[in-house]
Amino acid sequence: MGKGIQDKEYVGFAALPNQLHRKSVKKGFDFTLMVAGESGLGKSTLVNSLFLTNLYADRQLPEASARLTQTLTIERRGVEIEEGGIKVKLTLVDTPGFGDSVDCSDCWLPVVRFIEEQFEQYLRDESGLNRKNIQDSRVHCCLYFISPFGRGLRPLDVAFLRAVHEKVNIIPVIGKADALMPKETQALKQKIRDQLKEEEINIYQFPDCDSDEDEDFKRQDAEMKESIPFAVVGSCEVVRDGGTRPVRGRHYSWGTVEVENPHHCDFLNLRRMLVQTHLQDLKEVTHDLLYEGYRARCLQSLARPGARDRASRSKLSRQSATEIPLPMLPLADTEKLIREKDEELRRMQEMLEKMQAQMQQSQAPGEQSDAL
Amino acid sequence: MSKGQSGLGKSTLVNTLFKSQVSRKASSWNREEKIPKTVEIKAIGHVIEEGGVKMKLTVIDTPGFGDQINNENCWEPIEKYINEQYEKFLKEEVNIARKKRIPDTRVHCCLYFISPTGHSLRPLDLEFMKHLSKVVNIVPVIAKADTMTLEEKSEFKQRVRKELEVNGIEFYPQKEFDEDLEDKTENDKIRQESMPFAVVGSDKEYQVNGKRVLGRKTPWGIIEVENLNHCEFALLRDFVIRTHLQDLKEVTHNIHYETYRAKRLNDNGGLPPGEGLLGTVLPPVPATPCPTAE
Repeated sequence: MGKGIQDKEYVGFAALPNQLHRKSVKKGFDFTLMVAGESGLGKSTLVNSLFLTNLYADRQLPEASARLTQTLTIERRGVEIEEGGIKVKLTLVDTPGFGDSVDCSDCWLPVVRFIEEQFEQYLRDESGLNRKNIQDSRVHCCLYFISPFGRGLRPLDVAFLRAVHEKVNIIPVIGKADALMPKETQALKQKIRDQLKEEEINIYQFPDCDSDEDEDFKRQDAEMKESIPFAVVGSCEVVRDGGTRPVRGRHYSWGTVEVENPHHCDFLNLRRMLVQTHLQDLKEVTHDLLYEGYRARCLQSLARPGARDRASRSKLSRQSATEIPLPMLPLADTEKLIREKDEELRRMQEMLEKMQAQMQQSQAPGEQSDAL
Repeated sequence: MSKGQSGLGKSTLVNTLFKSQVSRKASSWNREEKIPKTVEIKAIGHVIEEGGVKMKLTVIDTPGFGDQINNENCWEPIEKYINEQYEKFLKEEVNIARKKRIPDTRVHCCLYFISPTGHSLRPLDLEFMKHLSKVVNIVPVIAKADTMTLEEKSEFKQRVRKELEVNGIEFYPQKEFDEDLEDKTENDKIRQESMPFAVVGSDKEYQVNGKRVLGRKTPWGIIEVENLNHCEFALLRDFVIRTHLQDLKEVTHNIHYETYRAKRLNDNGGLPPGEGLLGTVLPPVPATPCPTAE
């Protein structure tokens, strides 16, 4: 400023993003995606289509009579995908058996428990002594499949979504959307949006784009947001549309559905938002909002014995004798630990409130989720 | 009677079958429409006419079936309804002063709609058909079949047929009621190749090749309901209305109703119902347990 102007006003920290980029690329990205919804809605096909890989090569589909007694299981599949030098370690969490039984009461509980267990694991790792290589197995996003054959959300859908919406980013999706004519798709989407609002279910909010983006991008962004829930069709088969060019799609006697045609379905939108633009945001929201909410609840119940959150307390006390949520310390230090954690908790709560206020500002009004 | 979860196109299909608005559609996107908490039975009667032939058609819908989180025993109201119709007929039949033509409210055919998941039958489908195939003619139908390609359709049908066989579920036309060789060959072909019919219904018309056809218009093509290359609606219609309508009624009367009647008479000591000691009226037979042999 003023006198003493140097020849070069260029310090060089404009190169920081490149450094960050190089480090991230070296580290690689990891992402955990959960798919949920009743069987037969095209979940596996869609996942394979999204990541252009066959994650389900070894799957055996059980018969109906076997499913009579099947309980919900949680399956994890991992795959490393590389594209353009960027490596992604993708973990897919599947929930076979969901919604299958004649009596589906509480069938979502194993899913909720699974999500919380990942939070718990992270909390333990984070509070541990050696924090160099924390593996993040938390669920960053849940694609929930809604049937195109129904009239919107069914009681089971509502029950599931309400049980998990404060614990994981939910992106609702209408599966097998080629069952619907355009008007039906619009009506169904509107019905689902109304129901989500009515049942006060918080789905993942795609953040607003920066004000300095160009008009085209903003318009595209708005269009994408309006097409939620995404009506998708999946396919890994290449077919010829009307005998000309090869496209990924489904061939019927009356025509060919093209997976990547935006007039046919929202597959491209979903892929763009999930993989190209919002992968990082999904991870951040999971960490900054959902995980912090879990952590605060957890520590609160630890710091105040016999207090509010009975559920997480009883869960912690169910741990086997060799495992405890916090690192083992001599009894005398436990008091000190509790006091320290209290302090930290107060600080975290302040930070959380600040972050919530920030998120509220950058999100659409009226759709703020209350993390605590 | 049409049965299956909400949204499988039951009402549309029934309307298409009889080419008239005989089924009141839960206006699909009516926002105030709530899923009923229990299974309801809604019967609507119509008189339809074609070529001088009048038919009194009663369509019974079962909204709420299979929609809840816990669907245990949700078939019971339906079984009860069917048995009640048999009971009504029985009472008229044993009356001293009988009507010349007993009003027949018995269910002659139950169209069961299977969801086109492409995987297999759902446990609920199995339970329902196991219980009801012994009291009523069940015609299984794959609903909204326009989401399956030809290969997927044929694989799914094969799997469904096998599952029904493995679970001892006899759908109409039942093997044991084939009267002669001619019937057997015809029905065998239907049982082993065509059924369950994969159908698409529609009440909208579109212009295709200069003709107005019933169909569904999508950005990738128009699905013609009556085009056999597209779906098997025409097969279902011909089967239920043009060739097997009378047989459906006969099997209902000669087999299902007689089974019910025999059970009632046995329970009542060989006396017709209503003539127990002191003329006490006995209650109708409770829901049939999972059947073993008959």
